[in-house]
Amino acid sequence: MNETFERMTEPGYPVVARSGRRLSLVWLVPLVAALIGLSMLVQAWLSAGPVITITFQTAVGLEVDKTPVKYKDVTVGTVSSITLSDDGSQVIATVALLKSAESLARADTRFWVVRPRIGLNGVSGIDTLLSGAYIGVDKGKSSQSNKAFAGLETPPTVINGAPGRSFVLHTDDLGSLYIGSPVYYRRIQVGHVAYSQLDPDGKHVSVQIFIDAPYDRFVTAGTRFWNASGVDVSLDAKGLKLSTQSLTTLIAGGIAFATPPDDVGAPAITAYDLAKDQQSAMAPPDGPARYIQLRFEKSLHGLSVGALVEFSGLDIGRVVAIDLDYDPIGHRFFSVVGIEVYAQRMGSVLNKLPKPDGDPQRQAAQFLRGMVEHGLRAQVRSDNLLTGQLYVSLDFMPNATPVTFDVDARPLAVPTVDGGFDRLQEQVASIVGKIDKMPLEAIGNNLNTTLVDLDQTLKQVNVQLLPATTQTLQQARQTFGVVQGVLASDAPLQQNLGQTLQEVQRTARSLRVLTDLLSRHPEALLRGSPDDAPPVTSGSRSVSAPQEFPR
Amino acid sequence: MSGRLRARQLGVIGCHVCGLVCKDRLGERGHARCPCCHTTLRRRRPDSIGRAWAFLLAGMVFYIPANALPVMYTGLLGSSSDNTILQGVISFWKDGSYGIALVIFVASVVVPCTKFLILGLLLVTSQRHSRWAMRERARLYRLIELVGYWSMLDVLVVATVAALVKFQALGDIEPRIGIFFFGAMVILTMLSALNFDPRLIWDGMATHE
Repeated sequence: MNETFERMTEPGYPVVARSGRRLSLVWLVPLVAALIGLSMLVQAWLSAGPVITITFQTAVGLEVDKTPVKYKDVTVGTVSSITLSDDGSQVIATVALLKSAESLARADTRFWVVRPRIGLNGVSGIDTLLSGAYIGVDKGKSSQSNKAFAGLETPPTVINGAPGRSFVLHTDDLGSLYIGSPVYYRRIQVGHVAYSQLDPDGKHVSVQIFIDAPYDRFVTAGTRFWNASGVDVSLDAKGLKLSTQSLTTLIAGGIAFATPPDDVGAPAITAYDLAKDQQSAMAPPDGPARYIQLRFEKSLHGLSVGALVEFSGLDIGRVVAIDLDYDPIGHRFFSVVGIEVYAQRMGSVLNKLPKPDGDPQRQAAQFLRGMVEHGLRAQVRSDNLLTGQLYVSLDFMPNATPVTFDVDARPLAVPTVDGGFDRLQEQVASIVGKIDKMPLEAIGNNLNTTLVDLDQTLKQVNVQLLPATTQTLQQARQTFGVVQGVLASDAPLQQNLGQTLQEVQRTARSLRVLTDLLSRHPEALLRGSPDDAPPVTSGSRSVSAPQEFPR
Repeated sequence: MSGRLRARQLGVIGCHVCGLVCKDRLGERGHARCPCCHTTLRRRRPDSIGRAWAFLLAGMVFYIPANALPVMYTGLLGSSSDNTILQGVISFWKDGSYGIALVIFVASVVVPCTKFLILGLLLVTSQRHSRWAMRERARLYRLIELVGYWSMLDVLVVATVAALVKFQALGDIEPRIGIFFFGAMVILTMLSALNFDPRLIWDGMATHE
């Protein structure tokens, strides 16, 4: 200290200023360092976006501070902590979003965990196989922001903002459709199945499909959708049927759609029916189905649910249920067959049919009554003798026994008759039964006895009758010989007979001459024959005969 | 200890580079050079403690982002992540590579922190002209100089790995901003150690006499 003081006293050395400058320069370094550190801090603080929580069923693949949140494959945040919910049923992942991703936290934004998924319709998230899972984001459209979200368990197949349209298809069962199954239009993939869910009543399945733009404009109000899944092998009354759309659908299933050529191109609606196959999809609309119940008194082996219902050879419906019913009075079991009939399938004929008033149910009942009165009966017929498949035929039986039709009964019931083939069977059976009932053994025994008797009789005949007959015949031959002798031309009897007849002839001639004479000369009887005897016309002999008469 | 003579008492000055001792003429001319190696001769480094403090503080400031920010980006087969130093240590430790984890931990946490502490201690004691444990303090200073060479280990590892692992999509490692701060921190602490004149440790003895 003394030194510097001494030096400062010397002129030309502004020590104070020099040392002060040096000091400030050195201290610039920590100042700059602090500034840089501060700026980093400020930047980090500014770039910190909202902190949101997402609940998942499981935290498989999620790692604290590692699992990123990605939107359009851009990392927009990181999982900062993973905790269990209070009741332990769920996992709460806290995610720190980036400042730039603040707009992603909308009320309807969806989050899901992207894991490798290997399905029949492809492999997704293969990059996560090695990198580990990440949380995918689909930005919502809502204007409200949110801090807590429920994560999806499966990735959504339709990302918001993707060009295209969603449609809902209703079907009875899902078939071999999966989420992501392709949707085809003229065998070009134009979309996919977004999700499927069972309807609340559990009777139908709703399938949401997404059709990418610009193909969505091919869907019009008249478009028909059908399930083109896999190989559809069906063995029904029509025989074996095999249909498939493409090789992909063999594995992954799929939906195809087409628009009938006569479609007017009305704007698309949101919900459609998903037909089982192309044939039924492209068929004219069936209209409402009418449930009709049929009671058959015999076994319906070979009739299956889905079997055809034909009316005068026209396919108008399907068998939907086959149940057994019990009649406590007669102690008998019945088969109750439920069928669904689509009256619309009758086509233009419907317009010619009478249309009674009232609600559709009653209307149908009235109409059915008329038909039943004219002999409409249901019959189970065999269509295919080889497979033994049966179908239900509604037809008019000309000689059906009249049945009273209850118009108010629900469900509607159509009286039944036994099937033609079955009737034949029954007749054969009854004949066989009758044959079975015959006392064949007794008949055989009797026949046997009779035959023994016959044998004895024949023996008797042989022993007794035949010799006598021989004798008789011999006698007869002798007699015939005698008769022959008598009747021979040179036999004396014949000759005598000839002579006698000649005599008779002469006598007759004489008699005629006499009568002639007497007719001409009746007095000859008294006076004798006159001289002028008539000339003999017929013969001299005839003249001479009467001459002899008076003698 | 107290019996030893100081260079100032003898009127000589030692070159701090080549160690040559020559006459102290600083009082006359204010500026002198070592006749052997032409290094500027000083009785003590000018403003040694102030500069050391400045660099030490700057290094400590930089140590915060060096640890908080990622030092390395690793992208291996689709799994990409930014790693801070401690994350790397933890992940190595979890993977069972205890040796590597320890080496990194020592190089990046133990050594810098020890340096801060020792330098801080040396500076504080020297400022106060403390006579406490002067020999040990001198030994600590030599330790810092020795350890200083190894402080750049992290930077080296990142630089080497980033240069080696370039397999496009398969694997990619890139340095991140944190390693810059770490490197700067190491340089600043080295500067701090360099600016600290160890002879100040012994000055306490002279003042208290």
